[in-house]
Amino acid sequence: MNAPLMILEIAVVLLGLVILLADLWTPPSQKQSLGYIAAAAVGLILLGSFFIEAPQARYACGQMYVMDDLALYFKRFFLLATVAVLVMSVEFADRIEAGISEYYALILFALSGMMFAASANDFVLVFVALELITVTFYILTSFQRSRVPSLEAGIKYLILGALSSAFMVYGIALVFGTANTTNFAEIATGAKAISAKPIFLLGLLLVLVGLGFKIAAFPFQMWAPDVYQGSPAPTTAFLAVGSKAAGFVLLLRVLFSAVPEVTVSWTKLLMIISGVTILYGNLCAVPQRNLKRLLGYSTIAHAGYMLLGVTAMSVAGSYAILYYLGGYLFTVLAAFTVICVVMRAVEGDDISAVAGLHQRSPLLAVTMALAMVSLAGIPPLAGFFGKFLLLKAVIEKGALQPAYYWLTAAALIGVVISFYYYLGVVKAIYWSEAPADQPALQISKPTRFSLYGCIAGMLYLGIFPNDMVEIALHAAQALKL
Amino acid sequence: MSTLTYILGWPLVAATLVAFIPRNYRFTIRVIALAATGLSMLLAIKLFSQFEVGSAELQFVQKVSWVDALGISFHVGVDGLNIGLILMGAIVAFAATAVSWEIKEREKEFYILLLIMAGGILGAFASFDLFFFFFFHELALIPTFIMIGVWGKGADKNYATFQITIYLTAGALIALVGLIALYLQSGANTFDIIELTRHVRANPLSVNQQHFIFPLLLFGFGILVSLWPFHTWAPLGYGAAPTATAMLHAGVLKKFGLYGLIRIALPLMPEGARSWLHVIAFLCLGNILYCGLVAIRQKDLNLLIGNSSVAHMGFVFLGIASLNLIGLTGAVMVMVAHGFLAALTFGLSGYLYQQTKTLRIDEMGGLLGRLPFIGAALIMAMMAGCGLPGFANFVGEMMVFFAAWKTFPLVTILAVWGALIIGSVYMLRAIRNILHGPLPTTWEGLKDASNPWRKLPFALLLASLLVFGFAPRLLTDKIQPSAEKILKMAIGASAPQAKAIKTARTD
Repeated sequence: MNAPLMILEIAVVLLGLVILLADLWTPPSQKQSLGYIAAAAVGLILLGSFFIEAPQARYACGQMYVMDDLALYFKRFFLLATVAVLVMSVEFADRIEAGISEYYALILFALSGMMFAASANDFVLVFVALELITVTFYILTSFQRSRVPSLEAGIKYLILGALSSAFMVYGIALVFGTANTTNFAEIATGAKAISAKPIFLLGLLLVLVGLGFKIAAFPFQMWAPDVYQGSPAPTTAFLAVGSKAAGFVLLLRVLFSAVPEVTVSWTKLLMIISGVTILYGNLCAVPQRNLKRLLGYSTIAHAGYMLLGVTAMSVAGSYAILYYLGGYLFTVLAAFTVICVVMRAVEGDDISAVAGLHQRSPLLAVTMALAMVSLAGIPPLAGFFGKFLLLKAVIEKGALQPAYYWLTAAALIGVVISFYYYLGVVKAIYWSEAPADQPALQISKPTRFSLYGCIAGMLYLGIFPNDMVEIALHAAQALKL
Repeated sequence: MSTLTYILGWPLVAATLVAFIPRNYRFTIRVIALAATGLSMLLAIKLFSQFEVGSAELQFVQKVSWVDALGISFHVGVDGLNIGLILMGAIVAFAATAVSWEIKEREKEFYILLLIMAGGILGAFASFDLFFFFFFHELALIPTFIMIGVWGKGADKNYATFQITIYLTAGALIALVGLIALYLQSGANTFDIIELTRHVRANPLSVNQQHFIFPLLLFGFGILVSLWPFHTWAPLGYGAAPTATAMLHAGVLKKFGLYGLIRIALPLMPEGARSWLHVIAFLCLGNILYCGLVAIRQKDLNLLIGNSSVAHMGFVFLGIASLNLIGLTGAVMVMVAHGFLAALTFGLSGYLYQQTKTLRIDEMGGLLGRLPFIGAALIMAMMAGCGLPGFANFVGEMMVFFAAWKTFPLVTILAVWGALIIGSVYMLRAIRNILHGPLPTTWEGLKDASNPWRKLPFALLLASLLVFGFAPRLLTDKIQPSAEKILKMAIGASAPQAKAIKTARTD
């Protein structure tokens, strides 16, 4: 079993249970602040993770669970994201009528699912981890029980999520039926014999559908805008960062650890998915007026950018994805934290709610503007260097396969389009008049720290990328590319 | 740290500083912006005077490793090609800040963007690392769009913003793809231009690779420089831009593309260059003749200047296409001279707009009587624009024509026609319609730039044009060794070329 290897996951699950229990003895007025305790504890676990090293891959639960640099990178990523999401949830707590402690606990359980996903080395664990994430998100998305949009989001996510899980489990069954194993390493060694079998390929294709749903890649992106728009802001942020990153780590593991040969033959397919996802996300984001929906489409586009790194099929592409996710984490969390604070008194999340934000709160205005600029990929912020690495990885392959140049062109067109709507938000913040008699914006201390952290992260990764490049490169080398 | 780092660093530091000053401290913000760009300018003049003439080596170098895994380093330095551009950029940046008193709303954001733009421009010209070269350019480019969109003027403002954003972003990204492809295919695993050049000299890129990458750089950079037929963003964009932005972009930032072609595309991809030079030579006629003719028809002063500025870019392209020492030296000379000139004309037209709230040429007239200083400066600028000896433009254009004659005689004849006849027609007509003739009663109340502070930016730019016009060797002697080095890589043997210019000079 080798349980000590899973100490981080065990700690997170225990923390979730402690929060649930603590709820019983906490007076209602204090329940909100349980979130701060949870955030602090997750922060401690994050610190603890730096005492773990994984120069060599180690396994637990048979060969199901793997602990290597890549797993560790993503575990830290998820832990960091959760700290910010929990702080955001406390900010959001007064908009949730009842059961705020369950909300915190569910976030922690989703976190444990993501951390298991980071270590998945077997299709069974892939499925279990994904279900753990998805099922908790069914509840998290519909947590504002009296708000119709939130319920709508929950039901949409439930139906489409269940459908994609069904695809996935069917695919896994087909793979197991043909390969006689669900373990990645064993599939990889036996792949030569079976990779020509159509049933095996069909199974893999269905698994890909399931993962495509998680990362919201075209043509499985339909749920994203509605769910992002309707869900409570912290849930949306966690979906956009955590759930998407979990999808990417699984995608990397399945494609490059389990079936590298098949992946190579699917290069064209992946390229088409990537290019169309980029264009679709960016084009659909242009007419949006709802800020959360706009970000929903923009995260679809970002899934497409990160898929560029997958199509490159190289270490350069993989570490570019890891780097990009690092910048994306700070950027998206910054944007949603701002939305969470600003939208307190506003129904509808319209862009006009941030109009003239710089007069009401310079800190929020600067954070949001930097987040938009970073998402657009403008120097000197994290998004620019991330896109640069991704493009470099793709162009590197162009010499062998000219189709990569077309993919590059699609990505560049996407970037140009995205300027329009990202800068539109910046324009609204700085150059529109704030509506009269808006209530003053109050930012709690922890939220303030979270915002400072995000700004520091965006700037640091953009201006001093060296350390992060080293870390990402190291983690990506765990994938046997 | 090298003086260069300070030159590009002060504006960026000041931008950060201004961000933390409350918006009602308007005077403080303006003083900080002026001090930072002024300091950069003084340091650039010092740099220019300390530059060791006759050496093709990099001077004032600073190199700090930035991303080891990719071979990216912060590497700045000057040689003959960029010394003039940095001096010009720093002077124009100061002048642009100085004329920005016309901005009355949201000054804080304006100065932050202006300072970022200035720092980015100087950084782009100083960088000897492909990554930073592009990074700084992008840093300067984005504020341009925002400034035009927010502080711009005229009815077409939104359209112009839209157009300039799409064109220039597309151009920059195409060039980025070319630069990344160059980095990857050279196999040198470094973004450092010096090391890359050394590596490519030892193992040249294959002809196929060159034929693929060169057009990416040519058209990517070409769009940024408004190479015909990708020039339509320029007149409209400059017409709508606030004065300082137009000065900085038309004067300095636009030269980035030309500089990139000379610094990177020519020496690293000689084969690619050779097969495209004819195309460049004929496209540049589009700039010189077509845009010159369009300029004749303009009724709006800013559109006229904008078109004429596009036309002037043709001379630089012609100099590059001639691919010899005189031509390249002339091209760099035109770049520097045109930087001062474009900044001066846009600054003056901005002053006129400030006073009259219109730039329609037919509504003006007789302004010289009311505005002796501004009017005289405008006449001098217009004269410099049609290539009057005594101004730096004359020197550069002359060298380009001499150089291009050998390779492209027909193109040269047409270009001379464009420079001397078409240029004179629109410039002289503008002078007559705006400055001479009876003064309409509406303009009785105009005020000239009376205060020395208001005169300073224009005087500075005019003085620069005259200094380099009367003493061009200040610049050409510096350019020549570096241009020779570039040429050596671009055509192999350079001995006959070098001899040619020496005999030309002794004559």
